[in-house]
Amino acid sequence: MKPTNKTINRRSFLKVSALAGGGMMLSFSWLAGCKPSPEETLSLPKEWFELNSYIKIGDNGVVTLMAPNPEFGQNVKTSLPMMLAEELDIDWKNVIVKQADFFPQHFDRLQFTGGSTAMSRAWKPLRTAGATARQMLVDAAGQTWKVPATEITTEGGVLHHKGSGKSAGYGEMASIAAKLPVPKDVPLKKVGDFKVIGNSKRNVEGLNIVTGKPLFTLDYKEPGMLIAMIAHPRAFGLKVRSVDDSAARSMPGITDVFTIKTLDDKYERNGFDTTSYTDLVVVVGKSTWEVMNAKKALKIEWEKTPETNMVVQGWGGKETVNIPAGLESTDKHKAMMAEMAKRPAKLLRKDGDPEGAFKKAAKVIERTYTAPFLAHNTMEPRNCFAHVTADKADLYGPIQAPEFIMQALSARLGMPREKIQIRLARMGGGFGQRAYGHHLVEAVVISQKLNAPVKLVYSREDDMTAGIYRPTYTVTYKAGLDENNNLIAYSIKAGGIPESPLGFSQNRFPAGAVDNYLAEEWKIDSNITIGAFRAPRSNFLGGAEQSFMDEVAELAGKDPIEFRLELFDRAIKNPVGKDNDYDAERYAGVLKLVKEKSNWGPAKSGVHRGVAAYFCHNTYVAEVIDLTMKGEKPVVEKVYAAVDCGVVINPDAAANMGEGAIVDGIGNALFGEMTFQDGVPQKNNFNTYRMIRHSEAPKSIEVHFVKNEKDPTGLGEPLFPPIFAALGNALHKATGKRFYEQPFQKQLETPRPATQM
Amino acid sequence: MAIFNLNINGKKQQVDVDPATPMLWVLRDHLDLVGTKYGCGVAQCGACTVHLDDVAMRSCQLPVSAVGDKTITTIEGLSEKGDHPVQKAWLEHDVAQCGYCQAGQIMNASALLKSNSHPSDEEIEAAMNGNICRCATYVRIRAAIKTAAKA
Ligand code: FES
Ligand code: FES
Repeated sequence: MKPTNKTINRRSFLKVSALAGGGMMLSFSWLAGCKPSPEETLSLPKEWFELNSYIKIGDNGVVTLMAPNPEFGQNVKTSLPMMLAEELDIDWKNVIVKQADFFPQHFDRLQFTGGSTAMSRAWKPLRTAGATARQMLVDAAGQTWKVPATEITTEGGVLHHKGSGKSAGYGEMASIAAKLPVPKDVPLKKVGDFKVIGNSKRNVEGLNIVTGKPLFTLDYKEPGMLIAMIAHPRAFGLKVRSVDDSAARSMPGITDVFTIKTLDDKYERNGFDTTSYTDLVVVVGKSTWEVMNAKKALKIEWEKTPETNMVVQGWGGKETVNIPAGLESTDKHKAMMAEMAKRPAKLLRKDGDPEGAFKKAAKVIERTYTAPFLAHNTMEPRNCFAHVTADKADLYGPIQAPEFIMQALSARLGMPREKIQIRLARMGGGFGQRAYGHHLVEAVVISQKLNAPVKLVYSREDDMTAGIYRPTYTVTYKAGLDENNNLIAYSIKAGGIPESPLGFSQNRFPAGAVDNYLAEEWKIDSNITIGAFRAPRSNFLGGAEQSFMDEVAELAGKDPIEFRLELFDRAIKNPVGKDNDYDAERYAGVLKLVKEKSNWGPAKSGVHRGVAAYFCHNTYVAEVIDLTMKGEKPVVEKVYAAVDCGVVINPDAAANMGEGAIVDGIGNALFGEMTFQDGVPQKNNFNTYRMIRHSEAPKSIEVHFVKNEKDPTGLGEPLFPPIFAALGNALHKATGKRFYEQPFQKQLETPRPATQM
Repeated sequence: MAIFNLNINGKKQQVDVDPATPMLWVLRDHLDLVGTKYGCGVAQCGACTVHLDDVAMRSCQLPVSAVGDKTITTIEGLSEKGDHPVQKAWLEHDVAQCGYCQAGQIMNASALLKSNSHPSDEEIEAAMNGNICRCATYVRIRAAIKTAAKA
């Protein structure tokens, strides 16, 4: 759907425009695909009336709601329109949800899904859009019936005036409403009055998914479209020297082989133009299988890349990033990290006198945790459709953050942003990786060169080895207890390649709950590209910190939940420092809830329990795992999660995402790992990169939400980090070992020392 | 190149392709049946699962030349209106997150139920273990299979 008002500006997103039916007609098959309730057939209106960028009402009362954010499985395509529907007062059965294209001017907000921000960013704007549209319908009815608008009530898409007994469907008033001025400062409903929000609505795309409809860009096709694949260097630190494409060229179905550059070396990137490789060897042909085969027939000579300093425009301004030369290996990484951890590091926070307190402490414990690089391994490999012509570029691609790649597209094509259209596809997973849009740049460059519509396809191997990983991290914690087993000193020293996990979270718990506190960090540069991965940095720190906390509680001879609650109590009554980045009451609240729901206490015989709690993305989570051992193999029988994310928009979908994060966390804790040898990623498909499977998933999961009226916060990520620790702590109960190094599976497999007979 | 006559979702289809081409790509690129998904190409993820004469088969490992006169069913042909008991159970449990793996999961689950109408938890796990769900919807998939088994 094209916006009708081309001059719309950022301030006027609630502008009104009446639309002629002709231009807005949607094909029936599309409608059938988008119906939320497939059992019923919504009949098409003759005419649509647009009340604002998000809402169109048909003359027959059918409503189209636009889902502004890209969807990759967190259900924003259902949950965001629920906010509109709530304030608009309509019957969800009469709703059609449509994915909006990338059009920031039109939506007046970042069309970005990531960082667990979709719900919180949308909370006020979307409800305001719904309430404003409703008010316009009310005003229209007031004028028509000549009654005060304040006496008109609405319910389920029907306007009603008690005094006169008049009533009308929204469809009857839509044409009049669309011509009215947009009211300002329309009040929003109270949380207690919600009818749509808080009541589970099924995925609007459910039927399309179970019937295999083409929802993803990898499924997309246009007449004359060619398939392109890229041969990336086999190792980080290499680039193309020469290509012998004679064999590949003569293979069936192959139309072209060429080398091309995506971004100029001097191009100033933003933080999301991440790529290791800007020289591409491209194979183009008629079908995916033929191109895949021809790619294997390429003979490419590589050469080493020199060290570079790259200027990158990040969140906090310009930064020069050093990208060293050389072929890196995991063994060397580990040795370098161990060495760096001994050196002085950058101070992030200091309270009291940590050094003195450690000297005075009756007991001191120090532990080091490490975690490897991780590949995102979204189920749908990277791909993108592009058709670049002389005066415009049309893209259809899986991208969490279209805004962040626009600059690179525009610069590389030499085209103003208005001429570049990004249609947002449903993504076959994102997990942070799809925030990085270099595959969009690759697709347009190839299409421009070929002057044809092209679909760029990554094989699984390409996707797993082309870069953008969760960094490898390490952290050393140290805690000091006094003779009464109170925590009096605590220090964190964290680092990683090529970033530290700590930078944003030095003010998190237990900062504020301990008098003497120290946080420091360091990093080692690398030419391996990294990016956000479900709960960036927290995905390591949450597990490490909460494993350590378990061991400290054990040393103090205290129950792990009681020990944490004591610390929160301290942070509530008498916090240390001012910048503490958490609400200790809400933190304690989820621990108490999980304690109650899991019936915390001595486990049943043969069952081993572990607990952890963490706060990130403004959401509080506590988790308990119950596991049994089948020989060396842990079987997760049950997971209990308690979550405080404010108002829950779509509870069942929220639980689903929580369950996914929990299972994903267990999988990554046990198996997740990418290693490197001389710059070459050592795993390139699921036969070597172990993913959690059906038989390893928990037998059951309960996700409980704290009920309150606070604004909604993140959900896609916060359940992920603490599960690493809940699992590690339960495994400790089961095996007597502590798990300091991910993936845990390696330690589980290590044979036990022979016991004496 | 060679001509193959295939029986897919009850329809006769003819393709002219290299005999080694996996059915996955024949379906997706030549017959526009894109419900069958590419996930790994090496028999590790199950996203490409179809039925070959009612048996679950990884289409990325099935060369078109090996199909012969066996019939192929893809997700598009599992039911006419999306009302196969397994599809209905998937909707009831609102299983999908991103949805990318689900066609393969559904095709594998429906083949399982055809050969074993009341599988135990262990049998479900064993039969489904080759299907990766990166969004990790495994708990709901198990529940949905049990619901479908009761239908
Ligand atoms: S694509 Fe066939 S098993 Fe993964
Ligand atoms: S639902 Fe996303 S991979 Fe299964």
